[in-house]
Amino acid sequence: MAEDKKIERRQRFAARVRSLMLRLLVVWFVVSFGFGILLVEPLNEIRLGGYKLGFWFAQQGSIFIFIALIFAFSSVMTRLERDYVDGEKESGK
Amino acid sequence: MSLTVLTYLVVGFTFALYIGIAIATRASSTKDFYVADGGVHPVANGMATAADWMSAASFISMAGLIALSYNGYGGSVFLMGWTGGYVLLALLIAPYLRKYGKYTVPDFIGERYYSDTARVVAVICLILCSVTYVIGQMKGVGVAFSRFLETDYETGLGIGMFIVFFYAVLGGMKGITYTQIAQYVVLITAYTIPAIFISLQLTGNPLPQLGLGSTLAGSDVYLLDKLDMILVDLGFQEYTTTLRGSTLNMMAFTASLMIGTAGLPHVIIRFFTVPSVAAARRSAGWALVFIAILYTTAPAIAAMARLNIVDTMQQSDGQALLIEEKPAWFENWEQTGLLQVEDLNGDGRIEYTADPETNELTKLDNDILVLANPEIAQLPNWVIALVAAGGLAAALSTAAGLLLAISSAISHDLLKSTYMPSISEKAELRASRIAMAAAVLGAGYLGLNPPGFAAGTVALAFGLAASSLFPALLMGIFARRVNREGAVAGMLAGISVTLLYVFQHKGIMFIPGTSFLGDMSPNWFFGIEPNAFGVVGAIVNFIVAFAVSRVSAPPPGEVEELLEFLHEPSSAASQPPPGAAH
Repeated sequence: MAEDKKIERRQRFAARVRSLMLRLLVVWFVVSFGFGILLVEPLNEIRLGGYKLGFWFAQQGSIFIFIALIFAFSSVMTRLERDYVDGEKESGK
Repeated sequence: MSLTVLTYLVVGFTFALYIGIAIATRASSTKDFYVADGGVHPVANGMATAADWMSAASFISMAGLIALSYNGYGGSVFLMGWTGGYVLLALLIAPYLRKYGKYTVPDFIGERYYSDTARVVAVICLILCSVTYVIGQMKGVGVAFSRFLETDYETGLGIGMFIVFFYAVLGGMKGITYTQIAQYVVLITAYTIPAIFISLQLTGNPLPQLGLGSTLAGSDVYLLDKLDMILVDLGFQEYTTTLRGSTLNMMAFTASLMIGTAGLPHVIIRFFTVPSVAAARRSAGWALVFIAILYTTAPAIAAMARLNIVDTMQQSDGQALLIEEKPAWFENWEQTGLLQVEDLNGDGRIEYTADPETNELTKLDNDILVLANPEIAQLPNWVIALVAAGGLAAALSTAAGLLLAISSAISHDLLKSTYMPSISEKAELRASRIAMAAAVLGAGYLGLNPPGFAAGTVALAFGLAASSLFPALLMGIFARRVNREGAVAGMLAGISVTLLYVFQHKGIMFIPGTSFLGDMSPNWFFGIEPNAFGVVGAIVNFIVAFAVSRVSAPPPGEVEELLEFLHEPSSAASQPPPGAAH
């Protein structure tokens, strides 16, 4: 019974990690390959100061977003792991 | 004080600093030597990773590559590729390998694929990509010395080999980590100061990242619009929109650099040095912050320096530059052979156009853009001296990290884990130092012979890592069904396909005239150039590995346990130190 619960918690944790990774990797793909390369022409019609927007994503914006993605991953993972460990303790009582 | 004396002083001071740090933090155990005892703070490790990562190619060549060879927008492949790889590394690779907790990349591959063969194949792939990479660094050291310290290229290379040898061999990972932190500070200062000056001069905005999107000082024309306009006038393509090859080629190029980054062993092993899995994730973020400072400045230097050069070539009356009026930096750099002019039509002026028939600026090397940047912008001599020290710091820090990856692969993975399991810790430490010395000499030799080799190597290193190690690691962590046979076949297939495509274009070992299948048109595979081919090699690797695994026996139970352990949630607080994990 307790063993079943443990497995269930493990699976829920794994599913959360998977969906987190997937969502972040989608953003990663969209800002670089999407905005920076595939959609660069339509985005270049829009201006950001002196930057054409597509050009900005390719040479500046994607890099800033990459940093945000890693720190987002890091902090959400820490929370997920803490939740999991707390759950462990609770069931241990 | 003359520039040469000043440069010797600045460079000499930084070298003394590196050697002092190496002596103060030298390694005394194998664990110190391989992973700095697992006790490096995530921010410190991020800074060391950034120095490890940013090579002579990033520091000296990248801005020029973007501005000249790839004509602006096309150069985005380097910017996105070399930073986007850190997202893959932080999400998919680094935390799991840190959790695994051993010292090297082949360690993991050997255990995950329960096979000495897999480990040895991984060692071979690692050595191939690290050695090709280290040669590029040695060339960078040679170039920086020969211009700034007025030695010849061979002497410069020799001095560089000696310095790297001294502190990498002595200090191991622990010495290298702390030296790299000092080197990061030197290189980022050297890179950003000229950029801030130039951005101020051109746009009045001190931040190059904002200056690039600003109007030119004293006018309401945007800098990038002006650059587009002038270049089109001279017959070049527009700076902000010109593709490199095709859209597909740019995608493949970016992807190859990204997955190559996430598969390069000297970067991965840096994440073994932090105290926990959570620290490994955070550290990857910090590494990218420190890298991004240079990588978001580089496109600004690229565009601004290009504009400065075009402006220099044109006098106020709209005529081309008179030969007798060329500025001093012009002559300095002509002497190095990186810049050449030829007055083809004999009118006493240097015409700079896109048409090779009439262009009289016959050589404009990519490296000039960063190296001559302070002189072009008429900055004081100490800035020029600082750029020399920065270029050397970038090359030395990367070379040291690579040498460590090579030597640990030989002493730890080949000797200790495969062929001589009974070797003592002391003997292992000695073996790793000897291996490192051999690697320095080998890399130095290949930096000279064959002559064309050094130039082609950095991009090749990424292709090799992308096509061999990255897929093996990714499948090792996430694909339970992939087995020994699949992994070995996949790595061999991926790396062979990539090597064949590159050598078929550029000659075996980059010796011209040895390219086989000579009658095929260049970039015949869907217009993908050889440097962008790593991703195709990786796809071949994945397909072969899955196919072979399907038709052979599944991995044994221990692999299931190992994967269970890797994916187990870990509390941030308590984490076994590396090596103690299982």
